[in-house]
Amino acid sequence: MSGAEPVSLVEQKLREKGFEAAAARGVVKVRATPDRLRELAEETVNLGFDHLASVEGVDWPQEGVVEVVYHAESYREDLRGVLVEIRVRVPRDDPKLPSLIDVWPNAILLERETWEMLGVVFEGNPDLRRLLLPPDWSGPPPLRKDFKVVEEGTYVEVE
Amino acid sequence: MLRSSEAGGVVYSRLIAKEGDESTYELFIGPQHPASGHMRFIVRLEGDIIVSVDPDIGYVHRTMEKLAEGREVIKSIPLLERMTIIDSHNVTLGLVRALEKLLDVEPPPRARYLRTLLSEINRIASHLYGMGIAGIMLNHSTMFMWAFGDREVWIQLAEDLSGSRLTHTYSVPGGVRRDLPQGFADKAEKAIRYMEKRLRDYMAIFLDNPQVRARYEGVGVLRKSEASRLGIVGPNLRASGIRYDARLAEDYAAYSELEFEVPVREEGDALARMLVRVEEIKQSMSIIRQVLRKIPDGPFFSEKYLRLLPPPLREQVAKTGRVKFPGVFASLKLPEGDAVSRVEMGHGEIFYHVTGNGSTKPYRLRVVTPSFRNVILFRYLMPGHRFMDFPAIYGSLDYFPPEADR
Repeated sequence: MSGAEPVSLVEQKLREKGFEAAAARGVVKVRATPDRLRELAEETVNLGFDHLASVEGVDWPQEGVVEVVYHAESYREDLRGVLVEIRVRVPRDDPKLPSLIDVWPNAILLERETWEMLGVVFEGNPDLRRLLLPPDWSGPPPLRKDFKVVEEGTYVEVE
Repeated sequence: MLRSSEAGGVVYSRLIAKEGDESTYELFIGPQHPASGHMRFIVRLEGDIIVSVDPDIGYVHRTMEKLAEGREVIKSIPLLERMTIIDSHNVTLGLVRALEKLLDVEPPPRARYLRTLLSEINRIASHLYGMGIAGIMLNHSTMFMWAFGDREVWIQLAEDLSGSRLTHTYSVPGGVRRDLPQGFADKAEKAIRYMEKRLRDYMAIFLDNPQVRARYEGVGVLRKSEASRLGIVGPNLRASGIRYDARLAEDYAAYSELEFEVPVREEGDALARMLVRVEEIKQSMSIIRQVLRKIPDGPFFSEKYLRLLPPPLREQVAKTGRVKFPGVFASLKLPEGDAVSRVEMGHGEIFYHVTGNGSTKPYRLRVVTPSFRNVILFRYLMPGHRFMDFPAIYGSLDYFPPEADR
């Protein structure tokens, strides 16, 4: 990790804007609510984190939420060891978030994957189509915990 | 909501797949096509000018993230290395680093050097693969056959080191699986001298060839600001003038103790991307030489886990230089919490985020591969070019479909 200084600087700047931020091991972790997500994202871009490394969803069925996790990174020399992690919780039965493709353009495919795999609808993304799954695929979103993988036995029975 | 203006250096309208009217011609390439790999492109053409390209990935999707959630975490190493089989050590090194952060274990110095060694061997092999495929896409079959033939040299070196040709499963949390075999340094030196000669041949027959230059120069130009905003990774990023490499950003393996340059070019066209790869092969060879000169003595596996082994097995590890895993290793419990890691592969930066919940299986294992991050370039770079530029740009991006699909 290239120095703890930029990490605490980023943490401090996000705190000044009124977000809960905590830094650990080069990652600045921020929690946001869906209505403040866009504001936080724009703030992160202004700090130099101009693209996303990842958008993912984590399903927590006991709590009834899907947690969408964004990881933003920067190519600037002073910030390259730092990652900003944004976590947003959305209700599991009606997961909706604003799309961030006008903030981070490379979210366009990442959001599409999260929509397909966890059923989170990104409002405003014009491209929510199947990406990795076959077009005729049906069933619950596969990365949710209630989707069970059916494994074949060692021996496949021949009819 | 999408602006078609150039806000922040990116032309947003280029990212959207267009339908077009009756004057556009819709061309489906792949998914089983020698030039497309295992993926399908929906290309819309006006005359022979590309209007839009819709990369339809997913043909080899194997649900690796979901499968990894269903098994003990140590078993996800051989699972995930199958997504980029040509670069398998670099793929799993990221996962191993994330697990080490989560399990709070550090590899001993010798293991860090051995990891660097296999990573660089893999990087050279991966670049040779990419250059060979780029050659055949321009109908330059000599380049294809030479690069694939010379790849064998590096695959055999990797086999000497790890015991298997392609799926090495070399790094495990806490260290590596095998020690450096005897006589390895001589073999590596021989391979490096051979490769140095061959790289001059490659330049003469391929990259300095006027016909290849005509296909590559000024084609598929990606500007610096666009590359940064689109989050492009790997040689494609560095060919656009951004000096970024996960080897510098993330402290892993022995890179902080070795000297190497990160090749950067300013042009951002297809030729620059190819030349960056050639330079990276040279840098990798220099790293291999340094590793073999500087490698420290000592254990190659963490003391914390060696203590888990029964005494006779521990003796055997010291004697043979190989770790045979007892069952207790497969039931390592992942503590609650999460860890991220980034590692530079041949294709670019791979990102891992592992969430644990106290069980032996990861609660969520997220991986974003370099090819998945670069696939946006098909949409972004192609429009406006002639159709004949399609294979030239595709080849120069070094895109690997199974990796994007996972």
